[in-house]
Amino acid sequence: MSQHNGNPTSLRLKTGLAEMLKGGVIMDVTNAEQALIAEKSGAVSVMALERVPAQIRAEGGVARMASPKKIREIMAAVSIPVMAKCRIGHFAEAQILQELGVDYIDESEVLTPADEAHHVDKHAFNVPFVCGARNLGEALRRIAEGAAMIRTKGEAGTGDVVHAVKHIRQIVQEMKILTVLSEEELYAKAKEHQAPYELIKLVAKEGKLPVPNFSAGGIATPADASLVMQLGAEAVFVGSGIFMKDSTTFAEPEEAAKRARAIVKAATHFNDPKVLLEVSENLTGAMKGLAVAALDEAQMLQTRGW
Amino acid sequence: MKIGVLALQGDFDAHRKRLEELGAGVVLVKKPEQLDEIDGLIIPGGESSTFLKLLGEAGFEKLKQFVRLKPTFGTCAGAILLANEVENPPQAGLGALDIRIRRNAYGRQLDSSIREGKFDNTPIEMVFIRAPKIERVGPAVEILATEGEDPVVVRQGKVMAATFHPELSGDTRVHRTFLDLVSDSTS
Repeated sequence: MSQHNGNPTSLRLKTGLAEMLKGGVIMDVTNAEQALIAEKSGAVSVMALERVPAQIRAEGGVARMASPKKIREIMAAVSIPVMAKCRIGHFAEAQILQELGVDYIDESEVLTPADEAHHVDKHAFNVPFVCGARNLGEALRRIAEGAAMIRTKGEAGTGDVVHAVKHIRQIVQEMKILTVLSEEELYAKAKEHQAPYELIKLVAKEGKLPVPNFSAGGIATPADASLVMQLGAEAVFVGSGIFMKDSTTFAEPEEAAKRARAIVKAATHFNDPKVLLEVSENLTGAMKGLAVAALDEAQMLQTRGW
Repeated sequence: MKIGVLALQGDFDAHRKRLEELGAGVVLVKKPEQLDEIDGLIIPGGESSTFLKLLGEAGFEKLKQFVRLKPTFGTCAGAILLANEVENPPQAGLGALDIRIRRNAYGRQLDSSIREGKFDNTPIEMVFIRAPKIERVGPAVEILATEGEDPVVVRQGKVMAATFHPELSGDTRVHRTFLDLVSDSTS
């Protein structure tokens, strides 16, 4: 299937579910117990994983799609949509996840890439996909391949929000620039961003992506969620920040539930400092985290994907 | 005429756009006290379990009073919130509509679909996303639209609900019906 020929009905249903997740928090979980805590705390969706990004980072090795048994256990536990990750370019993992019936697939840089040149042709699937992006060109390339939702990559598993901020600012700024350019300048921009001209033109007209734009990668506190949403993100993914105490040990369930509830409220009231103060005050600690500035290029997950 | 859209989470922005297109003034409602400023309310699609959490007990009680006094329209998750009986799993409802509604009744996202149903006996496009089904309709409830055998838009007094998402289709009739309900009740 070539690009742009995704069945429009199917694309409306795919972005439709993303519309329903707006203003919400999607939480990484590794078992049914955590999934239930997430749902009870007000998560709009959970990402079913074998290990959260902080653990993947700490333990190393090849990170693959979670075991179907684990995902099934999580799907059975909650009534909210369940997402799961496949490796970049690993369309066979995606086929398995679609067969399993997950509600969204994240073609994710957090897992070890399976293809160094190609992403999954997401038009070929009925299940919707979310993909990470660091800039507008990357976002539009993923949309051309059929992604129905974009999220910033940030730097997963660190609890450091700095790159989620960098990426959302970058995408928003690049979109703003397009809105004031002339037709001939847009052709040059399409080349510069290495993105299809039709999509560049669409963004120039609308001032926003044609699919929902969420944020992920290092969001750990209610203030972090508020920050990326004030910068233009329409919902947030919170990975290791809720259920991890540090990169290898889980937080106590009560502690995790408290953090989850606080971030859910922060996503709704992201521009209300009074509520943000209230929810921040009740928290005793956040994930210890890892400063992104101290990471080598080789340790970065965000550079995976092309 | 001021219409509130409950903006705790979900596709509230799609409703805002539709209402503005139809010339209504819109307030995005995030706090209980904002309910005092509006003539009618839309509860959008989203996750109903998340809405309940974000409303909290005080917000839920305030909303329960509101829906007994002023016109309210819920789509998908909003319809679930307005029901008096919720299944799969059971959860609290505002009890404004005498219906039993089943969450995720068609299945998961892969079972989401765009179908043609009948509104006022004429065809209308219906976008169902992880949609609920109305399984029982009380005697005071009027059925405004059907898809196959299923009631998909219902009304009881000033309260309306759709199990699909008219805010995601180009057809404005369902929203116009609600705005008529609001102007009838304010005049």
